Amino acid sequence: MIRYEYGGDEFIFVELSEEMSLEANFKAMAITNKLKEENLNSIIDICPGNASFMIRFVPEEIHPNEVIEKLKKLEAEVSWEDMTINSRIVDVPIFFEDPWTHEVLMRFRDRHQDPESTDLEYAARINGYDSKEDLIKAMTDSPYLVSMIGFVPGLPWCYQMVPQEKQIEVPKYVRPRTFTPERAFGFGGAFAVIYPVEGAGGYQLFGTAAAPIYEKEQRNKDFKDDMTFPRQGDIFRYRSVTLDEYNAIRKEVEEGTFEYLTKDFSYKPQDVLKDPKAFSEDVIRRLYA
Amino acid sequence: MIKVLQPGLQTTVQDIGRIGHYEVGMPPSGAMDKYAFTTSNLLVGNDENSAVLEITYMGPKLQFEEDAVIAITGGEIPPKINDEPVAMWETLEIKGGDVLSFDFVKGGARVYLAVRGGIDVPVIMESRSTYTLCGIGGLDGRQLQEGDTLAIGNEAKVDVQIGQAIDASLIPTYGKSHEIRVIMGLCSYRLTEESKQKFFDLEWQVTPEANRVGYRFKGERLNFVEREQPFGAGSNPSNVVDLGYPIGSIQVPDGVEPIALLNDAVTGGGYVTIATIISTDLDKMAQIKSGEKVKFISLTIEEALEARKEVKEKLDQIRKQLT
Repeated sequence: MIRYEYGGDEFIFVELSEEMSLEANFKAMAITNKLKEENLNSIIDICPGNASFMIRFVPEEIHPNEVIEKLKKLEAEVSWEDMTINSRIVDVPIFFEDPWTHEVLMRFRDRHQDPESTDLEYAARINGYDSKEDLIKAMTDSPYLVSMIGFVPGLPWCYQMVPQEKQIEVPKYVRPRTFTPERAFGFGGAFAVIYPVEGAGGYQLFGTAAAPIYEKEQRNKDFKDDMTFPRQGDIFRYRSVTLDEYNAIRKEVEEGTFEYLTKDFSYKPQDVLKDPKAFSEDVIRRLYA
Repeated sequence: MIKVLQPGLQTTVQDIGRIGHYEVGMPPSGAMDKYAFTTSNLLVGNDENSAVLEITYMGPKLQFEEDAVIAITGGEIPPKINDEPVAMWETLEIKGGDVLSFDFVKGGARVYLAVRGGIDVPVIMESRSTYTLCGIGGLDGRQLQEGDTLAIGNEAKVDVQIGQAIDASLIPTYGKSHEIRVIMGLCSYRLTEESKQKFFDLEWQVTPEANRVGYRFKGERLNFVEREQPFGAGSNPSNVVDLGYPIGSIQVPDGVEPIALLNDAVTGGGYVTIATIISTDLDKMAQIKSGEKVKFISLTIEEALEARKEVKEKLDQIRKQLT
């Protein structure tokens, strides 16, 4: 059942599905893209979500019920399976089990489901992996769809492009932490994220991204036009790196010479849904070709 | 220039906000009480979106290094020039060398200080508003500190008369218990009927955690309809598949202590949202202090639009009165 809800007098919130799926995400993307193309002055924000989306509008220019009617019509008309998504494949280096997130997760052990192990050990166990190395392999073998941006500027929610039975799923902390380091790589529900800036957070902590995804000084090339790097529809491949490579990337970032390895890539939702495994392999081949 | 002798508790540069970047997770920031903010700019003849100072609970001490025209609006934090009380909601003159300071707060929580010409700080993503969490906007992305200097801009648009005041009927009053109007919705389907009713029946107390990011309330636990958690949501019954949070939406992590998300809040996340404060009542939220009581009132969308129209008409009256 699709829910159309008022978010006060300036927002309409649409929940396409209570459950996360690639289908729901692609559908939200298709509807919001169509709306964007109309370029209406009465619409202020178009925010695609994971299995939902949200519109902010000027009620003096368009009545909220008119927005709902418009969205219902778009929902009925849109054919999302064969839309073309123009995106980028991005290599995102992660230093797993780094000392910085380790210190933090140990500090907040009393807020965790399992105070006796680390977040990674716990996640490996509840997802049926023999070791944390196996979990890291599963997290880095297949790429992720950037399914939503938000929380704070630039944070990408990333949903792995694998069949649902292979999805990794973890709970959020029992009580959220009051601190998370900048660039922490976390996992909550079925989503991997990178925290752009330090702050509160409730996702399991597995590592630290070497490169920024938010840079207010806009020094490095990927940030020249925008302070935030991720875009909805991007495909991220998380790659495990050693401390040495991590340090080398940090040096480049500080010198302002870092640039993400990216490849422009267009695809259709049906390509992913038909055969996720073949799609993933193709993506990774293209990225490092 | 304006020299900051004492910064006050939390004084930031704000304008109407960083609008239209919600999609990348950028909250609007901006003045929390838009009615008081707009009026302060109108009183000094500024562009209505000029940057002003938002002053919280305890006012700063500011030395003006040049002659200026100012106006102070919002909650009751009584202003003084060279220790002499001056009026709020009125166009004032201040001379180079004069010191503007404030008495203890008597009512409300925030006042707005507009200076003719506007506060001149760099524009970041079409706005001068301070967003401290990411350190952007305002003065170096932070609240004011002792020793700062603020430049005055040149955004004055119309002439004004010193001593012109807003009609008393257009000045809000601030009590200690508040009625905040909301539209129930978003994921309110997660609450039991009993808890929906409880949300409106209870008087909620504002906790010390009440700032530009959000206000947290104490009351009673709200319960959720039992379900098997949907895939991707997380295991707590208050978890949903991460979604967008409208400005003013109220979330209930774990069913305890609802949080109203305000100007600097996160733009999305995985906690259930149950209602949204109507835009006009976000102004009222800005004037609520920790420890005060709030009752939520349920409105229909038509009633919310009517409330919005009423505030617009009041602002039109002020515009007319001042030109």
